[in-house]
This record gives sequence, structure tokens and C-alpha cells, in this order.
Amino acid sequence: MADKRTQEKAWVINQTEMIPGIMDLLIKAPKTAASAAPGQFISVYCADKSRLLPRPISICDADKYTGALRLVYRVGGAGTEEFSKLGPGETIRIQGPLGNGFPLDADIQSVLIVGGGIGIPPLLYLAKNLNMKKTLVMGYPSVTYLDEELAQYGDLFIATEDGSRGTKGNVINAMEENGLTADAIMACGPLPMLKALKQYGEAHSMSVIISMEERMACGIGACLACVCKSTEKDPYLNISKKRVCLEGPVFDAREVEL
Amino acid sequence: MNLSVNIAGVTLKNPVMSASGTFGSGHEFADWMDPGKLGAIVTKGVSAVPWEGNPTPRVAETPSGMLNAIGLQNPGIDVFVNRDLKELEKYTDTKVIVNVCGKTAEDYIKVVERLSDEPRADLLEINISCPNVKEGGIAFGQNADSVFAITKKLKSVSKKPVIMKLSPNVTDITEMARAAEAGGADAVSLINTLTGMKIDIERRRPLLANMTGGLSGPAIRPVAVRMVWQTVRAVKIPVIGMGGIASAEDALEFLLAGASAVAVGTANFNDPLTMEKVVSGIEKYMERHGLDDVSMLRL
Repeated sequence: MADKRTQEKAWVINQTEMIPGIMDLLIKAPKTAASAAPGQFISVYCADKSRLLPRPISICDADKYTGALRLVYRVGGAGTEEFSKLGPGETIRIQGPLGNGFPLDADIQSVLIVGGGIGIPPLLYLAKNLNMKKTLVMGYPSVTYLDEELAQYGDLFIATEDGSRGTKGNVINAMEENGLTADAIMACGPLPMLKALKQYGEAHSMSVIISMEERMACGIGACLACVCKSTEKDPYLNISKKRVCLEGPVFDAREVEL
Repeated sequence: MNLSVNIAGVTLKNPVMSASGTFGSGHEFADWMDPGKLGAIVTKGVSAVPWEGNPTPRVAETPSGMLNAIGLQNPGIDVFVNRDLKELEKYTDTKVIVNVCGKTAEDYIKVVERLSDEPRADLLEINISCPNVKEGGIAFGQNADSVFAITKKLKSVSKKPVIMKLSPNVTDITEMARAAEAGGADAVSLINTLTGMKIDIERRRPLLANMTGGLSGPAIRPVAVRMVWQTVRAVKIPVIGMGGIASAEDALEFLLAGASAVAVGTANFNDPLTMEKVVSGIEKYMERHGLDDVSMLRL
């Protein structure tokens, strides 16, 4: 089976803490990096065998020539705490790339790339690979991260909950304040943000493409843990649900019930 | 070296199979491992009509284990037969065990009858032990009289050998195994998951939307080994052992306890290659111990 996907033991090139609690991990994972598309994710396994389930982490950047894969993730529990301790030369077991990414060849001329919180990292890889007029809107609780890199790819608008930078409030506040529209929205972030964007898109006749999140176990479509509700019956599952890990994580917002 | 085992007249080329619900219908894993290396593929539970399953979150990790409350989501028997069973035809050397679930005896009967003439279904495993659906499932599996009654009913309509999958959430699992045997079961498989719960202390609510879920993974292995040991000594029909198997060493505990075959479940989520490693590890162990037939493992 030549096309059989495999797990990979990745080497840590470097890891730094970007802002408190958000890590920037660069690994050498040539097999995974070779086909990683924006919006896809990988499963990262713990070395501690008492933690069985892989952690799904989005791809922040990938370079098929050097085999480098960049993961920017939040330390949220014991598993990501373990990853945060990894230093150069150490290895980590990964599997992927998994899921379906953002459509890069959509017939549109302009896009609003909207991110919130820990939904921001995959949007860097997306912004890098989308060839059209890009406007970026990023929402943070307070301290910003990845914003300087994101700003290289288009006009960047920032919203912070505490008003320390940009618009005080959320991404929707920033979009309304600046009257931002485009042919489409592509977004990743918390569920309330995605819901608001779906409405914003409907109000402004923009298509909305979102990346969803749900607790996963297998990451490859077998366990049916990470389902979300879909507006129509899924042809494979034969019910009105879709697997975030396999049919997603990227969906047209019209396909799913938020 | 002979790794093959016989379950109710069906020969498996080796004693390793997937545990229902952790392996889809096999093809989900085909990109990552070769399902054809297994003795049998046990498919995810299928019911007479499509089931929606439970709300999310459906899973939570726990120390050396996980809780799940998927709720037996499945596309229904029609889609399963026309698509999944067809898909499984390519694994000619691997047996197919179809796991069957239902809310009423009639539901189970419908599925069993439908599968009776399907050549690709070699054996049926009846799930009377799912802790995550309110009706059916566990309701049939926690009382010896019900186990006997449902087994007898299904045996009277099934043209395929029937394996009853037993719940550990009972006072004495051997009583349920004996009831299944008395009802005519061709084999029993155990253990299904142990009912458990996890509470998210920051959000101050149960982590699973279903509140409770089934605990699986290495955390439950000693319980499973003990129950298999006891059941093997209580019935004459084959016992298929499962519960937290993640390596050949784990599988060997069950085979030594007397299980005729073993199933790997939750470990598939940690490493899709686990089952292939279990098969090769059993071979190496037998070689090292000078055993030429897997049946010699039983204590």
C-alpha cells in the first residue's frame, strides 16, 4: 500500500512561549509537512502512556521543502503541558495531516480571514496560501500573538476584550466599526464567534467558511465522538451529523447548525 | 506455528480482533493499518434504523482510560449491509463479526434476520451491554432472566452463530454468561465498558453531555482479566476477552486466563497499528515459550 498514511516521529527543532500559555512549536515532520493544507490538523500523542488520546492541534505553518511543521497551541491540560516541556532534539509522535482544510481555489476575489483566541494559528497558514485580497480580523482576550506575522498578508484589524489594542470587544465589533466586507469570510475560533459570523455573513451576503472544534478520540472518523449537527443528512453517516475530524474541520457555515 | 482459533465453527486465522465501536467498519483505519491482518473485524453496533447518538461532548480522557457516551450512533442496517459489508468483502482472509444493537427485542430480531443471509457476516455479536443508551442495550444485559430470554429469541431466528456481549456493570458476570449459554449463545464476549463519570470542576458540571459514560482503556484491564478468568471457568462456550488491551503482553493475559480470542478497542485510538503489533507479539511470545499452537496458552 504505497499511499498508506503513516504516523511519524517528529523531531523538535525549537519551542518558545509566545505569550503566557501559548506555545510556538517547530518540528521536523517531512511526511506530514509534505501534504499539509491550511485548515488541516494533526494528532499529537503524549509520551505519558496514561494519556491515551491524541491531542488535535491545527497546523500553523508547514514547509514541504524543509519538512518543518509549526504548531501554535494553548497549554490547556496535562497533555499540552507535557508538549510544552519539549526541547530541541526531542521527539514527538504525530499522525496526519487530518481532515479537510479551507478551499484555496474558491471563485472569490476577496476574503475576510477572521480568528479568535486559539483559533488564530491555522489562519496564518491560510493567509499565506490564499491568493486574493485579504483582510484579517483577529480577536484576543488581551495580549496579542502572531499579529505581526499575520499583518504581512493583508490589512489587519485587531479586537481585544479589554480594549488594550484595536477595537474594544470582539471581532464582530471590529468588523462593524470598520465596515469590513468581502466576497467570503474564512474563520476559526470559539463557537459564539462562529455563530455571530454566520449571521454577519447572511446579513452582508457573504459566504462563510468556518473551522469547527469538538472533543475527539480517534481523529480519523471511526469513533464518532466529534460530530456536529448538519443542516442536511450526511450521505455517509445517514443522519444529520458530520464528523469534525473527517468531513471537517472546515465547513461551509450553511452546512452545519451552530 | 498455529495461531488460528475456532469460535462457534468459524475459524479465525489468529485470535486478534477489533472491539466494536473503536474500529468503525474497518475501512476508516485502512489508510493507517491493514485490517486484513486481523483474525476478525468487529464492526460498530448497527440497529434496524439509523440512530442519532448522544449530544457532544461524547468523550473524555481519564487516567489510563477514557469515557465515551457516543450513544451507538449508526447509519442503520440498510446502509450498513449495502455499503459497509460490501466494503469488507475485500478482506477474504479475515472474518467479519457484526455487532448488533437494538432498543427492543423486535429491533434486534430485525437486524439479526436481515444479516442471516448476508454471506459476509460470519458471526453476530449482540450488544446487550451498552451503558450509554437509555432503552435497550444494557436493559437486556443486567438481569440473568433477560439475558436468557433475548439470547433464546435471537438464536431462534439467527442463521449465524451468536456471541452475546456482556456488561461488567453487574454483581456477578458469570451468572449472565451462564444465562447466555443456557439461552443457546455460541460464545460470549466481555467486558463492555464500566459506567463512569467525570466532572469538569471549573465549569462545575459533568464533562460528558450524557453525564455518565463507559470507561475503557488500560484502567479497566485488571477487572476485565478477572471477569474473563471467572467466566471461562463458569461456561463451556468460547469466551472472547477484551478490556484495556494495548499490547501483546496485555492480550496474553487474557489468552492465559482462558479467552479463545481477544479484542483491542481503545488502544486503536492511541496507535492504529496496535492490533498488528499484538498479532506479531503473540507469535514472538509463543516462539520464545516453545508453543506451537495458540490453544496451548490457556492455563
